[in-house]
Amino acid sequence: MLYESSPVAIAIFASFVLAVIGLSFWLGRKGQSAKGYYAAHGEIHWFINGIAFAGDYLSAASFLGICGMIAFHGFDGFLYSIGFLAGWIVALFVIAEPIKSLGKFTFADALDAKYNSRGIKLSVAISTLVVSIFYLIPQMVGAGDLIMPLLGLPHAVGVILVGVAVTLIVVTAGMVSTTWVQFIKGSLLVFFCGVLTSMILSRGLTVNTGSLEPQTRTVTPDGRVLVDGEPQTRDHDLRPVGTLAALPERYGDATTTGPLGPLEYLSILEDSRIVTWSGKKSTDSSGTHTVYTPTEKAGADLLKPGGYFKGLTTGKLADKLDFASLMLALFCGTASLPHILIRYYTVKDAAAARKSTVVGIAAIGAFYVLTLFLGLGAMTSGALDPTSTNMAAPLLAKSFSETLFAVISAIAFTTVLGTVSGLIMAGSGAVAHDLVENVLGIPMNDDEKVRCGKIAAVGLGIVAMALGILFRNFNVSFLVGWAFNIAASANLPALVMLLFWPRTTKEGIIAAVTVGMLASLGWILLSADTFEKVYGLSRDASPVPFSQPGLVTIPLGFIVLIVVSLLTKAQPQGRPA
Amino acid sequence: MADNHEPGSRGPGRAARIGFGLFWVYVILYFGFIALVLFRPDFLSSRPFGGVNLAIASGLGLIAAALLLSVVYMVAARVVESPGRGRR
Repeated sequence: MLYESSPVAIAIFASFVLAVIGLSFWLGRKGQSAKGYYAAHGEIHWFINGIAFAGDYLSAASFLGICGMIAFHGFDGFLYSIGFLAGWIVALFVIAEPIKSLGKFTFADALDAKYNSRGIKLSVAISTLVVSIFYLIPQMVGAGDLIMPLLGLPHAVGVILVGVAVTLIVVTAGMVSTTWVQFIKGSLLVFFCGVLTSMILSRGLTVNTGSLEPQTRTVTPDGRVLVDGEPQTRDHDLRPVGTLAALPERYGDATTTGPLGPLEYLSILEDSRIVTWSGKKSTDSSGTHTVYTPTEKAGADLLKPGGYFKGLTTGKLADKLDFASLMLALFCGTASLPHILIRYYTVKDAAAARKSTVVGIAAIGAFYVLTLFLGLGAMTSGALDPTSTNMAAPLLAKSFSETLFAVISAIAFTTVLGTVSGLIMAGSGAVAHDLVENVLGIPMNDDEKVRCGKIAAVGLGIVAMALGILFRNFNVSFLVGWAFNIAASANLPALVMLLFWPRTTKEGIIAAVTVGMLASLGWILLSADTFEKVYGLSRDASPVPFSQPGLVTIPLGFIVLIVVSLLTKAQPQGRPA
Repeated sequence: MADNHEPGSRGPGRAARIGFGLFWVYVILYFGFIALVLFRPDFLSSRPFGGVNLAIASGLGLIAAALLLSVVYMVAARVVESPGRGRR
């Protein structure tokens, strides 16, 4: 669908970005120490830090991706919410305190605290960079995708705008300004999702009778876009979709319910009938055609598992394992994400780390409950774009008012800003503190450490912009799933065993991080999903049985660590008595 | 980091052991739910409480349980680490 660019959206977005950059310059006006740049002096208040956790964690994939998935496929999108939140339990109960007491600036510090080994620092710094970059790509692609319809600018401009803004934020005041950006974004996101949800509930459910004729979108070989055979214009465009076909029988002839309570909303939806649309692609000499067709479904079928993860209902073992693997990776991944882990160094002690995690879990949990309503509200809003699941949440807002659409779109951009600044911060620490200072052994004084971190941040910003433009055709939530898999496979075995198994050796850690990272990366590159969506080959050509590696590569990391540790335990050097 | 015990100096602290217990509680809840999704999807579409189905109820329940366990942990950790209990 074509979108009109909204001057209000541009104004809100521009004022937010300028305000944040202004704040960054103000926070960074004094000279900075390394502790200030990398860990915000360890003086962030636990409540601010908790909301910043939410701002750091709730990426574009959470906001746009989950809403869209629920709007088009029903319950299964909520499974992502459940998995993303469950990961915080691992972070709080297993990882938070030891990480806090072992490290100084980065996650490599903590893993290496016992051994002082360059090998550990090198392997962990590389895995930090790989995970951060895999996580950066979908954020940048999402930024470009959003800016195209909303501000009427090309994809690349969106990517560069976000890249420059974030680099400025990070370079001016490091972790201090990053924290404040994430705090502001986290509170705005949860607040406005709450507002939107209460509007959905007070609007209730209404039967809307849109046309159920199939629609066709064609991209001709010379790049023109046709809708139902005619050139696409504002007046001749795909019709918005996603409607409620019928209310439960007890409503008789009534076509609207009036305001509803949250649980009431869910249970009435379950007894209603809903029309969802899906697209099917085909290619011939006249171009690539996507035909969108409607299906009327019982609400009860949309609110049970199996709408997106088809394998849950077909009973194929490989599909079941794929799903189990994804849910395991989500559970283990959060606690292994470098940009989340560094946030434990910004508070003053273990008690504050705990308190801020609880605040984070409360904010993130509330947000994920709201996504369920946003997704289902979008599903029946009659405003969905059949070509883009990512636009479900902004278009839902548009079904209420243009201003709300502008606000929600601006918040979607700030979502990208908050997460990307956290990732660039984590990457800059890995490069400057771990690689340059500790691995290469270049001694740096405090000022040089800060300068080196800033140069690394600028470099990463440029890399992020380039990748965002290069990977523009990739599916956003797909890439986030990969990042979780790699993070969990490379980092979690080392973290957990270091903390709880006294016989862990440095060789064991290096081997586990390296093998976990390479195995999960290799598995992903060989998976059926990648064969189909990236290389354009047949799914059947893939040598691995299912696409999500976590179920195999996370245990593999543990086994490698144990075997290598047992083999190398006879060498006492390098280990303090 | 004043109130952190040195890692390894006296084994995992009491707070850490409480955290570990709560962690296993959640592991059982979470993977129990995943097992139901995988093997008993029909059970999850049943509506024992009349209104919302079990799939949504348990999803919301898992989110609530995460918050509840984290609050329990925070309070318990504060109690076992408070100076009145003779730990620093």
